[in-house]
Amino acid sequence: MVKVAIWGSLRTATDGQSEVEVEASNFKQLLDQLAIEYPALKPQIKRGVSLALDGKIYRESWFTKINKDSEVVLMPYMVGG
Amino acid sequence: MALDENGKRIFKVVGTRPPRPDGIDKVTGRAMYGADATAPGMLQGHILRSPHAHARIKSIDTSEAEALSGVKAVVTAKDFGLPDDESVLDVQDNCMARDKALYDGHPVAAVAASSAAIAKKALKLIKVDYEILPHVTDVDEAMKPDAPIVQTGRAMEDLPDGLSENVTYHFEFGHGDMDAGFAKADKIIERSFKTAATHQGYIEPHACLASMNSDGKGELWCCTQGQFYVRELCADIMQMDASQLRVTASEIGGGFGGKTTVFIEPVALALSRKSGRPVKIVMTRDEVFRATGPTVSSSTDVKIGMTKDGRITAAHATLRYQGGAFPCGTVQFGAQSAFAAYDLEAVQTIGWSALTNRPKEAAYRAPGAPMAIYAVESVVDELCQELNLDPLDVRLKNAAQKGTKSSYGPTFDDIGLKATLDAAKAHPHYAAPLGPNQGRGLSCGFWFNFGGNTCVSMNLNFDGTVGITEGNPDIGGSRASISQMAAEELGIPYEKVRTIVADTNSIGHNDVTDGSRVTFAVGLATIKAAREAIKEMCTRVAKIWDIDADAVYWEDGYAKPSGPNAGTFDPMSLEEIAAISAQTGGPIAGHHEVNADGAGVSFGVHLVDVEVDPETGATTVLRYTVFQDAGKAIHPDYVEGQMQGGAVQGIGWALNEEYIYGEDGLLQNPSLLDYRIPVASDLPNIDTVILEIPNPGHPYGVRGVGETPIVPPLAAISNAVSRALDLRMFELPMSPPKILKALSSKV
Repeated sequence: MVKVAIWGSLRTATDGQSEVEVEASNFKQLLDQLAIEYPALKPQIKRGVSLALDGKIYRESWFTKINKDSEVVLMPYMVGG
Repeated sequence: MALDENGKRIFKVVGTRPPRPDGIDKVTGRAMYGADATAPGMLQGHILRSPHAHARIKSIDTSEAEALSGVKAVVTAKDFGLPDDESVLDVQDNCMARDKALYDGHPVAAVAASSAAIAKKALKLIKVDYEILPHVTDVDEAMKPDAPIVQTGRAMEDLPDGLSENVTYHFEFGHGDMDAGFAKADKIIERSFKTAATHQGYIEPHACLASMNSDGKGELWCCTQGQFYVRELCADIMQMDASQLRVTASEIGGGFGGKTTVFIEPVALALSRKSGRPVKIVMTRDEVFRATGPTVSSSTDVKIGMTKDGRITAAHATLRYQGGAFPCGTVQFGAQSAFAAYDLEAVQTIGWSALTNRPKEAAYRAPGAPMAIYAVESVVDELCQELNLDPLDVRLKNAAQKGTKSSYGPTFDDIGLKATLDAAKAHPHYAAPLGPNQGRGLSCGFWFNFGGNTCVSMNLNFDGTVGITEGNPDIGGSRASISQMAAEELGIPYEKVRTIVADTNSIGHNDVTDGSRVTFAVGLATIKAAREAIKEMCTRVAKIWDIDADAVYWEDGYAKPSGPNAGTFDPMSLEEIAAISAQTGGPIAGHHEVNADGAGVSFGVHLVDVEVDPETGATTVLRYTVFQDAGKAIHPDYVEGQMQGGAVQGIGWALNEEYIYGEDGLLQNPSLLDYRIPVASDLPNIDTVILEIPNPGHPYGVRGVGETPIVPPLAAISNAVSRALDLRMFELPMSPPKILKALSSKV
């Protein structure tokens, strides 16, 4: 199981939990599993999310491997100027 | 792609300052910008814009315009389809209003004619029947339940009940026990701030030339930060296959995020398709101000608690941004970045975004961060004053570092904030004396940076020179820095490498030039492409020497036998290998395609001295020093240029620049005469100090540098002005009338 930190306003979609656990070994599995277990996250996942893995921010990269003890943080999809 | 193990190697080309490859063309006027494109039979396109802030379009009669001699096409929203993707539909609606004109300057129709004079005359013959509606341009007003509604049904799914329909986005970030944190504080300050919308201020107006053929193929030349994204948007809007639309980016006269979308390109394509002729559109400065994408304006509340010795115990911010008439999520970046510079046990940020009757926001360097950090850094500075603490010491005491849980969630890896603060403290600027009516301010700044989709192709020519093809417009010196990284990796002189920016049919997809991504991501792909070419060269040489490919290695531009067991051979240079490539297997190339991650966040510290004239309210910037972690500065001139440019844009934002809307909802200052950007005579030399704390996510340690420099100036200057006046300022810009007003209230 991987622990995923959820940002504040998204916690309405995770029953108020700031951290949820899902079975996943890469980002695609993680996003798929989040959408299954917490369907209210689907609109935001569709709009786009970034994932921070051990401090490094990934915008897409489905097949990035996640270790069991990795720090995983869900973030809004990054854009810039 | 991680930092090379030999990341501390002595660079030979990287870190030098070769002449910019585009310099001569740009100073002699030879460079081709968007407005320089021409085509046989070309028509002139002009756009009719709403004179109202908010109005229902009851009808548009184009018959008289169409009947005018010389007019070849007129288009309105009826000439466009309805894309399925809501965000694309928003872009299309922003290019051409459908049911309602949503802001002053919103396009409602367009004409293509054989001359500009005829096109302008035709615009006057178009009859638009408007029903004028109530409008709102201020973010706080727009969030009130009884505010005029700009658009309905655009709110995110998780918004609380009871809000105005203008409120579309809501974000919260943070961690820790806020009540417990504030209970530990010896001093708590809570303040509210406002910042005006500003424009990126690029000198080159938007311009394009579109040509749609009768067989459905299209060509588009335009000034943009991303030809591939332009192609995606325009192909979706024009309902054509992406492969049938080729987009070529011109040289770009500034973008800063404002050219990451389209405004006129779909209109020119629609006019071209309808007229069967190429159509050129060049915006006037008035149009640029009224109808392209300025940054958000903001209204922010900040509350911070601090102990007597300067430790921040809790920090809270509520941010309210408006991004014009379409949903805009920029507040999320403000909410994430507001406290990023601090190591905090208790922090919370709440962001709200609201629709207003203003043009659709576009990105502007580090979108959303400058106004958030302005408010935070102002309160930190006021706490330092109240507690009689040194503002640099306080920032050092609370600075985020490796292992800090950031205010937006992830734990930081190697970052350079403390190093920049130490450099600022040690700099003579910090200890220099100040005179009467003078003040010194400082601020930290932060931006995330990212990489993104990138393709690079590298080809060895038979004469030993190298051509690189990439797909990002050269907005900040990328052709030079990419050539430098290629030369470094290949071990050849910089002058042997030429990098060009390709059109959308000549290389694979590249994301927009944004997020400070190009030197990082395209550089990374270039290094990988070079390593692929090197591997091929070593393989060819191994065949010539009749030894294993593994027994050949590359060093300083030569293939060499890896040791005595490999045999004794004279090293072969890249030039020698390229010259016989036809005989050894054909042309030699390297390429790399990647969605690059690991960009590494960036921090900076700005230090500024100002003098405020109490008689006029005018502020003079006396001295300015920028400290920033660049990871590794590939071409230090360009890095310094980014740092200086960001500081200058921030000076304008802090002191003069603002979109001024009247009671009628119309923009009052759509010209560079009335919208005052700083010019050279307004500025001191902007001194720069580059720190190099290698980014673990790049083989040379590169971090993006383009956006962070615009983040600290707002607060740094406000803090300096506040200290000079002995009066805290809470609103930007601090133009002379506002300073005089504040001074009068002090008395």
